[in-house]
Amino acid sequence: MSAIYILWLRELKRYTRSRAQIVASLGNPLLYLLVLGFGLGPVFQRAGNGNYLQFVAPGVIGMTVLFSSIFSGLGLLWDRQFGFLKETLVAPVSRLQIMIGRTLGGATVAVLQGLLVTVVCLIAGFRPVNWAWIPIALGFMVLIALLFAALGMAIGSGLQDMQGFQLIMNFLVMPIYFLSGALFPLKGLPKVLDYITKADPLSYGIDGMRNVLLGRASASFAPSLDLTVLVCVGSVLLVVGAWRFSKIEI
Amino acid sequence: MIRVQDLVKTFGSFTAVNDVSFDVAAGEIFAFLGPNGAGKTTTIKMMTTLLRPTSGAIELDGLDPRTHQNEVRQRFGIVFQDPSLDGDLTALENMEIHGVLYHVPHKVRKQRTEQLLKLFELWERRKDQVKKFSGGMKRRLEIARGFLHTPRILFLDEPTLGLDPQSRNQLWNHVKRVNEAERVTVFLTTHYMDEADRVAHRIGVIDHGKLVMQGTPKEIKEKTGTETLEDAFLKLTGSTIRDESADSADQMRQFAKMWSGGRR
Repeated sequence: MSAIYILWLRELKRYTRSRAQIVASLGNPLLYLLVLGFGLGPVFQRAGNGNYLQFVAPGVIGMTVLFSSIFSGLGLLWDRQFGFLKETLVAPVSRLQIMIGRTLGGATVAVLQGLLVTVVCLIAGFRPVNWAWIPIALGFMVLIALLFAALGMAIGSGLQDMQGFQLIMNFLVMPIYFLSGALFPLKGLPKVLDYITKADPLSYGIDGMRNVLLGRASASFAPSLDLTVLVCVGSVLLVVGAWRFSKIEI
Repeated sequence: MIRVQDLVKTFGSFTAVNDVSFDVAAGEIFAFLGPNGAGKTTTIKMMTTLLRPTSGAIELDGLDPRTHQNEVRQRFGIVFQDPSLDGDLTALENMEIHGVLYHVPHKVRKQRTEQLLKLFELWERRKDQVKKFSGGMKRRLEIARGFLHTPRILFLDEPTLGLDPQSRNQLWNHVKRVNEAERVTVFLTTHYMDEADRVAHRIGVIDHGKLVMQGTPKEIKEKTGTETLEDAFLKLTGSTIRDESADSADQMRQFAKMWSGGRR
């Protein structure tokens, strides 16, 4: 238990200490929010879909949580590189505890980052339909964070070098983001794209937040479906991540 | 304290460690010497539960690392060839994490951390991030950390690599002091023969996976009929240069240097 706690704490300390990184990581969401939010707004409105800033805000929050959590898992690569991974792997603690501590830490950081972007969205003019439901949106953020921190851990356990990192970034993380319905509604899409977006777990995370923050009419799936998919896929990925982590050789 | 019997490790058709046997007594400082790629690190990895032997037996403090992984891990400390500190954390925090991972009770942890950081002359800098430390300070911190959970055995894999003579000298003095004070068995590898000669009680020389000689520094010099340990070493292992191909870890290390201005 204390091993899980100390590794969780480590992730948090590292996060709070990298102020430049916190600020830098707000750049991307701000760009999407302001440029797309205000740039595409008129077109979106004319197509009869309402306020684009309202629509895109949950997507941008989801994106932040996605990037932050998946990077925390891939951070294994850094720890492998700078050696700290070895220190934890020869300790008399089970690999499972180490994996849990790291994953929880990474997920916590991702949620904090998501909350920060939520505040930015609110400042930019985003208004949820019901403020009381923000805690439920937070719950969805937690699920997204855990799911992708576990995915990052599963991938990071097998990565040996930085080339692999670029590959993951371009062929996994970016597609997950762009095909999640973060930027456009998942309605009237070509069949193939429709299937792909439905296979993307982030779709359900962002849809869940839209359900909660904007109301059922703005979302594509039922909130119960969102929740079920996130919990199931998340659980599977946690198991896979733990298994892959237990196989690391140094 | 350490007993290694007929140890073999093969990787495919390559035999990295070939039928190696030796004993290290409690409280002894044992230096394991050999050219690059001779099998030193592979042997250490097998003793420290990081690699499973192909065949042969290992006992650490009477326990088999294969069957009593966590008990064995609790009993040794290890300082790796390359650093394993978290540069974003302070010296104290690095010690703290280690103490928690090794189940050292809170009070003992605080006490021993202070005692060890003072001994290794790092107490003044305990609240500084480790990335601001010099190479020698980092090495000292790693060794201090290795001692934190009062291990019975400390493994040091080339701990003085890349340090200036002053830091090397000081580091060995510290190690010797703890070795004497706490009766910790020390198992080390190094490429600096003068260090081995000065620090080690006994020496084992390994080449091409085989243990070619063991004994006190004096015995080894006598047996080979040489004046210095360096000459004895060259006589035993030849003077051809062993080039290892860069493995993926090396390649990544180079890559990371380009990025080390970044986050971690």
